[in-house]
Amino acid sequence: MAERITQTRGGDAPLSSANNPDARAAGLDVDVDGDGDELVGRTVSINRPRQELYEFWRDVRNLPLFMENIESVTVLEGGRSHWVVRGPATTQLEWDSEITEDLPGELIAWRSTEDASVRNSGRVEFRDSANGRGTVVTVTVTYEPPAGKLGKAFAKIFRREPKIQARQELRRFKQLMETGELPTAAMSLNAEIEEA
Amino acid sequence: MRALTWQGKHDVRVETVPDPQIINPRDAVIRITSTAICGSDLHLYDHTIPGMKGGDILGHEFMGEVVEVGDSNKKLKVGQRVVVPFVIACGDCFFCKKQQFSACDNSNPAETTDASEIAYGYPMAAAFGYSHLTGGYSGGQAEYVRVPYSDVGPLVVPDGIEDDQVLFLSDILPTGWMAAVNCDIEPGDVVAVWGCGPVGLFSIQSALLLGAHRVIAIDHHPHRLELARQLGAEIIDFEQVRVREALAEMTGGIGPDACIDAVGMESHGMTPDNILDHVKVKTFMATERIHALRQVILATRKGGRVSIPGVYGGIADKFPLGALMEKGLTIKSGQTHVQKFMPELLQMILDGKIDTTFLISHHLDLEDAALGYKNFKEKQNEYTKVVLRPGMGRGPLH
Repeated sequence: MAERITQTRGGDAPLSSANNPDARAAGLDVDVDGDGDELVGRTVSINRPRQELYEFWRDVRNLPLFMENIESVTVLEGGRSHWVVRGPATTQLEWDSEITEDLPGELIAWRSTEDASVRNSGRVEFRDSANGRGTVVTVTVTYEPPAGKLGKAFAKIFRREPKIQARQELRRFKQLMETGELPTAAMSLNAEIEEA
Repeated sequence: MRALTWQGKHDVRVETVPDPQIINPRDAVIRITSTAICGSDLHLYDHTIPGMKGGDILGHEFMGEVVEVGDSNKKLKVGQRVVVPFVIACGDCFFCKKQQFSACDNSNPAETTDASEIAYGYPMAAAFGYSHLTGGYSGGQAEYVRVPYSDVGPLVVPDGIEDDQVLFLSDILPTGWMAAVNCDIEPGDVVAVWGCGPVGLFSIQSALLLGAHRVIAIDHHPHRLELARQLGAEIIDFEQVRVREALAEMTGGIGPDACIDAVGMESHGMTPDNILDHVKVKTFMATERIHALRQVILATRKGGRVSIPGVYGGIADKFPLGALMEKGLTIKSGQTHVQKFMPELLQMILDGKIDTTFLISHHLDLEDAALGYKNFKEKQNEYTKVVLRPGMGRGPLH
């Protein structure tokens, strides 16, 4: 629940900013080793209504628009979805995910299904800013990296700089929602395609 | 199209590059009619700002004619003449809504925001033609430029007014104006301005328009000091006199009420490793390079105001913090919120209250841009401002 995520021993600061965050305390479903590296949290203020942001995120097919490593998200039955993620070179990682909590306009939580090669879970919360600064959006994610070759590939995509990854994705979400487009310095459409 | 490209330290070349296109729905493409070389372009020319890549198109002071607009741009029309702010701002975020356009949260693409987020705590906005730290956007020293969020930035200027009269709305006039606004000038105030480059000169003009009783200008180039005097400033040549003593004497022992640092320093790098390297390696130079700012802080009267339009990027050594605190100074600074000040400044130009054309010393064809850079750097006294015009025709120097 939203209350749990704010509990730290550091006063009023969010759990994701703790020196040693505990994923369970954040209401997440993955066991992490406790070194704190796998829990990533980030908050941004977005100058758009809460419901609009929730609806955009809830349609998980939109996620690849601002999460650059995600190739596609396909909606399955029963709140489940199939994720295809680009790996290094031509490798791909795939898993199924299910929504575990869904409060319209407020909160979406998800976790990978039991047989997923990459166990992960996360939640995104949408709150009205108390001081009139749009919607406060907080994303918290944990990953349990797989072993072996797959693990190495996974680490290359997500774990090298998970905080940077998270803040870039959330920044793109904000840019898209506030301005209706993603900024680019590209001069021509061809160049943009080459870069992507 | 033809464009001035950065290739390396003191190596800029006009080359043929692909024309820009509309990419996002709010974009416009502008055909450049006039574009200026800015003092801050020299930081790139000297390669003291990191994050440049070979082939980058420079230029952040430009204007021209709208030749193409994106689908969702309901404001601009093909054929309009516009001046484009150097700051790229979305108009939609918290900061833009507060008119703090140079703090725009969205214009810098996510993948180029990490360096400034780490160095400054929060990511910077984007700018045209000013390294990949501010987005890597292609600049306007070219025949054409792609302008993002073109429904927010570009200011339409009426026909019948010359490019030279309005070009500096893109950067240096609003920058000089904001520097003076940041002085919170009160009746009777004496304002001292360090540096009589373009921004310093426009600060002098602005401070007088905003009601300063007197303005005292400090520089060492005779021609630039003469321009300051013509604008109504008293002048000090810092090579001839002890500046702080002179200022104290000229203000009856009270000191200037507000001081403007229009000098700035060569950036010491904007990425954390660069900053640390520079601090470690160049500590001695760092102390030299904030000489002007240190003097500003010591010269300002007790309870006075310090305004810093000069560009700084890194960490300063031997900053007189005690003088700042014990004298109770107020400091205001920042990249210019160009979009905020453009309309009122255009009106003042149209009303004949501000003339900026005196600053221009040279008009060159875009093809001669490399020569313009070289001379602007090496002959500062003579080359006060270079305006490039694509298609103007090359001068007798070639």
